[in-house]
Amino acid sequence: MRRKTLVVGVVLALGISACSSGGDKDTKTGTAEFNAADSKIVNASDKKGGTLNLALSDDWDSIDPGNTYYAFSWNFARLYGRSLTMFKPAPGKDGLELVPDLATGLGTVSDGGKTVTYKLRPNVRYEDGTVVTAKDVKNAVARTYARDVLPNGPSYFVELLDAPGYQGPYKNPDLNAFTGVQTPDDSTVVFKLKAPFGDFDFLVSAPQTMPVPQAKDTGAKYQEHPLSTGSYKVDSYEPGKQFVLSRNPNWDTSDPNRRQLVDKIDVKLKTSAEDIDNRLLAGSLDADVAGSGVQAAAQSKILSDPKLKANADNTFTGRLWFFVMDEKVAPFDNIECRKAVQYATDKVSLQTAYGGPIAGGDIATTMLPPTIVGYQKFDLYATPDNKGDVTKAKAALTACGKPDGFSTSILLRADRPKEVAAGEALQQALSKVNIKAEIKSVPAGQYFTRFAGAPEYMKTNNIGIAFHGWQADWPTGFGFLQQLVDGRTIKAQGNTNVQEMDDPAINALFDKAAGSTDAKEREAIYGQIDKAAMERASVVPFLYGKGLLYRNPAMTNVFIDYSYGMYNYTLLGKQ
Amino acid sequence: MGGFLVRRFLGAIMLLVITSIVTFAIFFVVPRMAGQTVDQLAAQYVGKDPSPAEIEATKEKLGLDRPLVVQYGQFVKGVVAGREFTFGATREYCPPPCFGYSFKTQRPVWPDLVDRIGVTASLALGASVLWLVAGVAIGVLSALRKGTFFDRAAMFTALAGVSLPIFFTGLLSLALFRPSGVNYVPFTDNPLEWADNLLLPWVTLAFLYAALYARLTRAGMLETMGEDFIRTARAKGLTEPVVVTRHALRATLTPILTVFGLDIGLLLGGAVLTESTYSLPGIGRYAIDAINNNDLPQVLGVTMIAALFIVLANLTVDILYAVADPRVRL
Repeated sequence: MRRKTLVVGVVLALGISACSSGGDKDTKTGTAEFNAADSKIVNASDKKGGTLNLALSDDWDSIDPGNTYYAFSWNFARLYGRSLTMFKPAPGKDGLELVPDLATGLGTVSDGGKTVTYKLRPNVRYEDGTVVTAKDVKNAVARTYARDVLPNGPSYFVELLDAPGYQGPYKNPDLNAFTGVQTPDDSTVVFKLKAPFGDFDFLVSAPQTMPVPQAKDTGAKYQEHPLSTGSYKVDSYEPGKQFVLSRNPNWDTSDPNRRQLVDKIDVKLKTSAEDIDNRLLAGSLDADVAGSGVQAAAQSKILSDPKLKANADNTFTGRLWFFVMDEKVAPFDNIECRKAVQYATDKVSLQTAYGGPIAGGDIATTMLPPTIVGYQKFDLYATPDNKGDVTKAKAALTACGKPDGFSTSILLRADRPKEVAAGEALQQALSKVNIKAEIKSVPAGQYFTRFAGAPEYMKTNNIGIAFHGWQADWPTGFGFLQQLVDGRTIKAQGNTNVQEMDDPAINALFDKAAGSTDAKEREAIYGQIDKAAMERASVVPFLYGKGLLYRNPAMTNVFIDYSYGMYNYTLLGKQ
Repeated sequence: MGGFLVRRFLGAIMLLVITSIVTFAIFFVVPRMAGQTVDQLAAQYVGKDPSPAEIEATKEKLGLDRPLVVQYGQFVKGVVAGREFTFGATREYCPPPCFGYSFKTQRPVWPDLVDRIGVTASLALGASVLWLVAGVAIGVLSALRKGTFFDRAAMFTALAGVSLPIFFTGLLSLALFRPSGVNYVPFTDNPLEWADNLLLPWVTLAFLYAALYARLTRAGMLETMGEDFIRTARAKGLTEPVVVTRHALRATLTPILTVFGLDIGLLLGGAVLTESTYSLPGIGRYAIDAINNNDLPQVLGVTMIAALFIVLANLTVDILYAVADPRVRL
């Protein structure tokens, strides 16, 4: 995933037991302190009333659940819509667990993994009181095929479901023509897949399965008032100005994944980032919806003031920062030369260049970040204090047949100052082992369409090293790694497997994971893929991305949702 | 006078037409010269990893597959007579003046613009009253006290006002006086809250402009006060306040009002930095988003609105000049 804001994980979840209306009672709670919301629910409370004041420096791509692809938007959409599944609303790693939401349970797999069936909870209603039916879920999925009308969302259903030639419900309103989803009765949704897909429960946690009744589906205009099935309904949405929600009177109060504490949720849009930070620290704002962290000025204030620091969380964003070596560009077609770069890299200097441990992140040694299902801790190219090992690097150079070093280029995005700084830090580290790396900067907007993502450009211009950043659409090893290291995803343009890694053994592991119905087995396979990819030495992960988030002390039931790397919004209240 | 008005009015319309053609050309021709294809343009509105079929469908939906002349013709037709648009299941009539639907948000452009004009007008008009009164008053006093401490201090402050960028003074003012931020409330909803929230942006914006006006007024006053008619007025036995206000200031104000008209026109077209700094949802911020999103209907809409305000301001100034000085009508 390339865009910073682009969705990460499908998920979310709820389920905070202690806070939810119907959940269990063992969830960890705690009081405000630095990083408290990372592992506990801060300010657990049942108090009702008040307004939740939020802000965003940007705007939604669309508030239509079927037409949005920002992480914060998927997180927020759960306030006004219920997807078939969602991530458990719980702090820490519990939040990576999938739980049913609109469905009564996770999917029942049959037909060798090519059929997945969900039963809907009875009597879930829209805000206008009408009951949700299976056909509404079918229509919600069908409309994702109309990419000319709803262009923003992901196209996973189009790629995975068995519905050849289908073009969406606007060109042909007869839903029977859509064979990818079948509805034998009003409460059963049956997905027909082209091939087994183990992570399917994760896919249906996306807002694209939030029901949309065909009679109310006005295509691109549906965003003017998406019908709510969640705890809040949309009162008004004015692009670039304000998004206001209020209590949904027909919300199913037995919903275990949401609460309805505040009376109103008010999101001010296009508020400047500095203004947002000032308002947060002044207490007139409760949280920044984007969840990407405060700016540098506010960061200094927060970290130097113990009272402010107690209301902040330094959390993983789910993003990995790394650089790659193109296995098809000499001398990186020789694994020993790749290992030389692995050992020569001073990850501490890269971390400093990228913003330090708070705003940048923790030093990475694996491709999977710690908040992704399948993560295993290991370091195949360990160096003293992560500062590089010149001796090992020179030995690898000798093994590569280049004892006197070599020349190459580092490709990066010119308009990303932190990336440029990291590139210079890498250049300096490589120079210690006589690897002369010239920095080539290109515009970020076309990085993957014309430069790093175009293998021909890499070869023609002899680009050996390129910077990269990634965040998954759903937080599993498959969701994170497949577009990065499965050789079958390499394409002429828009290629994200920039190192051109094409290892049949790794590709086969992805197939094995997709065909597995055992979550534990899949998790183990993801760990194997991570190790196998790192053994090829063409990827150098250096940071598990982190951000410094600030929560208004007046907010209740606050915790970091690991699936999105930001605060969970479905349980929040005000003191 | 009638002929003059007709000429000016037709000139204003021509200017708007030329502005729209230039904007169209900048949007379509310049990127082509840099190598961008229509497919690449359309791909920006299809989401991630679009297929060729999806790009084709989007080109068709947005009308990008048609010749530029046809696209421009449709735009003009929309502005003059309205157009129909398709949104999946529904067809919508967009009444004139129809600037189309945003490529990105798929919402009609005109209502969004109208909505934002109120914010920008509130900001521009309030600030303009402040800077005109303060700038002219300071300029007059400085001229009358030329060389004194007041004059030097006022001109130093004016220099600071001109030199300090609004995103600096704005952020500083927010941090010092209103860390909880500015929340725009329409005048019709609550006039007191409207004024309370806009006071800081007004003062900050006025600080910048008042500085310019103070220096302009001071220079004008100094020049005027040396004119023969001022000496004559004094010789007639008029008191100094009367000489200053009725004779010197009146003569000085004419060029200042000309500049004022243009400044107001420019600001109504979008006070980009001020609106961004104070997070005010006005025309200026709309313009930035439109450009960032490469959203032609929005870019065209905001450009036309900005041009319209400038043209109207020019027209007003021309007419006022014509009233004051009949030679202008020739």
